[in-house]
Amino acid sequence: MKITLKIWRQASQEAQKKGAKKGAFETYHLDDVHEDMSFLEMLDVLNEKLLHEGFEPVAFSHDCREGICGSCGVVINGRAHGPLQGVTTCQLHMRHLKNFTTLVIEPWRAKAFPVIQDLVVDRSAFDRILQAGGYISVNTGGVPDANGLPIGKHVADEAFVAASCIGCGACVAACPNASATLFVSAKVSHLALLPQGQPEKHHRVESILTAMDNEGFGNCSNAGACEYECPKGLSLKNIARLNREYFEAVFSASLEEHPTHAHHGKGDETMHTH
Amino acid sequence: MSKLMSKLNSNIPPGELKDKWNDQCFNFKLVNPANKRKFDIIIVGSGLAGSSAAASLAELGYNVTVFTHNDSPRRAHSIAAQGGINAAKNYQNDGDNVHRLYYDTIKGGDFRSREANVYRLAEVSAKIIDQCVAQGIPFARDYGGLLDNRSFGGAQVSRTFYAKGQTGQQLLLGAYGALNRQIKKKKVTAYSYHEMLELVLIDGKAAGVVVRDLRNGQIKSYSAHAVILATGGYSNIYYLSTSAKNCNATAIWRAYKKGALFANPCFTQIHPTCIPASGEYQSKLTLMSESLRNDGRVWVPKKKNDRRRPGEIPEGERDYFLERKYPSFGNLVPRDVAARNIKEMCDEGHGVGATGMAVYMDFQEALARLGEDEVESRYGNLFEMYELITGDDPYTTPMMIYPAAHYTMGGLWVDYNLMSNIDGLFVLGEANFSDHGANRLGASALMQGLADGYFVIPYTLGNYLSIKSKSGFQKPDAESPEFKKAEKDIQDKIQGLLSKKGQNSPDEIHRRLGKVMRDYVGMARNAGGLKKALKEIEVLKNEFNDNLKVFESGESLNESLEKAGRLGDFLELAELMALDALHREESCGGHFRTEYQTPEGEALRNDKKFSYVAAWEYTGPKKAPKLHPEKLVFTDIKPSTRSYK
Repeated sequence: MKITLKIWRQASQEAQKKGAKKGAFETYHLDDVHEDMSFLEMLDVLNEKLLHEGFEPVAFSHDCREGICGSCGVVINGRAHGPLQGVTTCQLHMRHLKNFTTLVIEPWRAKAFPVIQDLVVDRSAFDRILQAGGYISVNTGGVPDANGLPIGKHVADEAFVAASCIGCGACVAACPNASATLFVSAKVSHLALLPQGQPEKHHRVESILTAMDNEGFGNCSNAGACEYECPKGLSLKNIARLNREYFEAVFSASLEEHPTHAHHGKGDETMHTH
Repeated sequence: MSKLMSKLNSNIPPGELKDKWNDQCFNFKLVNPANKRKFDIIIVGSGLAGSSAAASLAELGYNVTVFTHNDSPRRAHSIAAQGGINAAKNYQNDGDNVHRLYYDTIKGGDFRSREANVYRLAEVSAKIIDQCVAQGIPFARDYGGLLDNRSFGGAQVSRTFYAKGQTGQQLLLGAYGALNRQIKKKKVTAYSYHEMLELVLIDGKAAGVVVRDLRNGQIKSYSAHAVILATGGYSNIYYLSTSAKNCNATAIWRAYKKGALFANPCFTQIHPTCIPASGEYQSKLTLMSESLRNDGRVWVPKKKNDRRRPGEIPEGERDYFLERKYPSFGNLVPRDVAARNIKEMCDEGHGVGATGMAVYMDFQEALARLGEDEVESRYGNLFEMYELITGDDPYTTPMMIYPAAHYTMGGLWVDYNLMSNIDGLFVLGEANFSDHGANRLGASALMQGLADGYFVIPYTLGNYLSIKSKSGFQKPDAESPEFKKAEKDIQDKIQGLLSKKGQNSPDEIHRRLGKVMRDYVGMARNAGGLKKALKEIEVLKNEFNDNLKVFESGESLNESLEKAGRLGDFLELAELMALDALHREESCGGHFRTEYQTPEGEALRNDKKFSYVAAWEYTGPKKAPKLHPEKLVFTDIKPSTRSYK
């Protein structure tokens, strides 16, 4: 296969401080792309070529290359993780792209995901959102026997589906508002479905949504692009569940036990429209 | 060079095997709760072992700093573990108990692991499952709402807990949640994009680390009262492996060069069923679950270099070689046996596919016997993944598979308390050597990582700090000359790499190293091949020194520089692996020396000569490493020969 690549190249913050220009698309041609190559292996080939020619290789995130670590992710011809549904960028193979002679490759674009360099973005906002409450507060040791609390199979299975989010950020990249609502709703759903998640559920949904707002993500307007592009197939049902959890938290009396969480940010003035 | 202990002391507590850990926990000195906040701990790595240790230590009150080279702690390669986690819960009422899990693990490791550590692992295994369920990990359950189990190789009981094919992901996200909670409480500071490049010793004691921020090249020093390495294994030395691309041996290797002993480096596990490489550009290999061998029949064409399509080869011209050689176990022989036989068939010219380095795994018989619906319900997701990667449909065309490096049982030597021979340096998870001997059983890696982090290090580290603080224990100064020198050494090393203007990229040299390691230090080894490997590694080292090309940019993300640094360490470790494999003149577990096999082709151990852990000491550049054997003692099990006949 012969492929033309138009790749967004952006200098690091350090280089920009020294006068490098911020960013631009660069065009590259590859003549010997094999159909069995993965998309990232095609980028490897490009980078080997650039290195040998004395040009700077393209920085892109990747690690496990089997669709589970969530490191990789670029926008290919306008689609997060490329044109194939239900897969991460690393699982995309060139035979899936043979109908395209030109590939336009960009980083995730969102205010909350600043570009570090080329196709690499800073997704630490996701870590901070989960630090705000994406867990059940148990210390190591002193917990009940694992079979002490039966959980219905369908509930456990539903919680597993929500918990399978890989934190890649495709939902944010696909969303017209760069909202992280699907990401947030996956964690809230996972924990709200389980009995172990009940004691902290009101506090959790409140603080996690506040953290999302503080990071500069947009709100949800039910466009549905996140669900369409999610490589793990997480559905909008999770967002419905998030809304229910949020309303319950706002209207429940238990909220008064946490007055500090009831008065915060934007959510205080107008209801969140997540 | 650190002051080596005159004799290796594994610090195994006295008493009956079943009482050792309990007694030890009682005898441990404790740190007063109010004093715990006076201690700073560094943890390198954020996988199952690192994250669970960081969270647990911070909960106790210690101040923890975590470094990961990934962009988030959640992306460590534990995330990719599929099958499950073992625990002696006996929820299935099938006769499991702590002793049986201990027994299976020792036997599976072919009697080359440390008995006391393995017993403790089996003892704490049940608590791991309790902990994970309390964290909200959605394990598979049955219709009554209780936890489900499945069986794995090397065991006759069902003790494996699982979350579909994503058990590692769920367990790591649980540990990451616990870690996040402590970050929020400011008890843990986590640094992403930070790679450890040096261990700093002061007066022979671990004082801290030097790290590099991969985004801007900044070199920084951090000191602590104790340093914990939880940096995983070194399968990527084979270039093609099931590891993530960024997994590397740099942290443990640089600790080795500071005096930490490296134990059993040649003990590596090759998984028989992976999707084979499709060409030179191949960057990694993907595992296909072992469960497929329940219904898939493995075969090659009888004729050598047969280029016909599989459907054109009549039944009579196919060699179902596992069924032929192992009539009672057939396609379900253990991992090492299957892997070795597949390699042999390919080496003899019977391999298939574009590269000739693959064999067929055929489901036609199963499809005829069970029907497509049943096959789909058993293996549907695996068939889909296979088709996504290869473009072939396993319902109509046989799968092609080939073995790939998967796990490394070897690692830094640790005592019973998981401390290396360097005072204050602890090593957890796959990075240490202690629990799996010469072969790891399926679903035991997750168990060990979490046992070390949740239930061993919180106790043993407390004891260490308590004893130390009796004699006025000060946190080392990160501004001290030892740190400054280490920083300068690292700067010089990086500058040296950045100035390399040769012809070969790090990947090109690494690919060649991988081939040498796969050919001679892989599934089957012999003296001639290992000596050849040592020569070829020397050639590659020279190539690395004289003819490497790195992109010259030290102040921004530069993967060619990261790869070059890791490759330099892999080249040195490769030599140690070959030396270790050469010295161990026996076959055991994954270490199969073709000279030492039974007439039936099984591994032939030599317990008289080699019933020991081979712990190697670095003695300087171009000098032979020094062997420190730790004799293995088995009190509750009698070493026997594994048999599959």
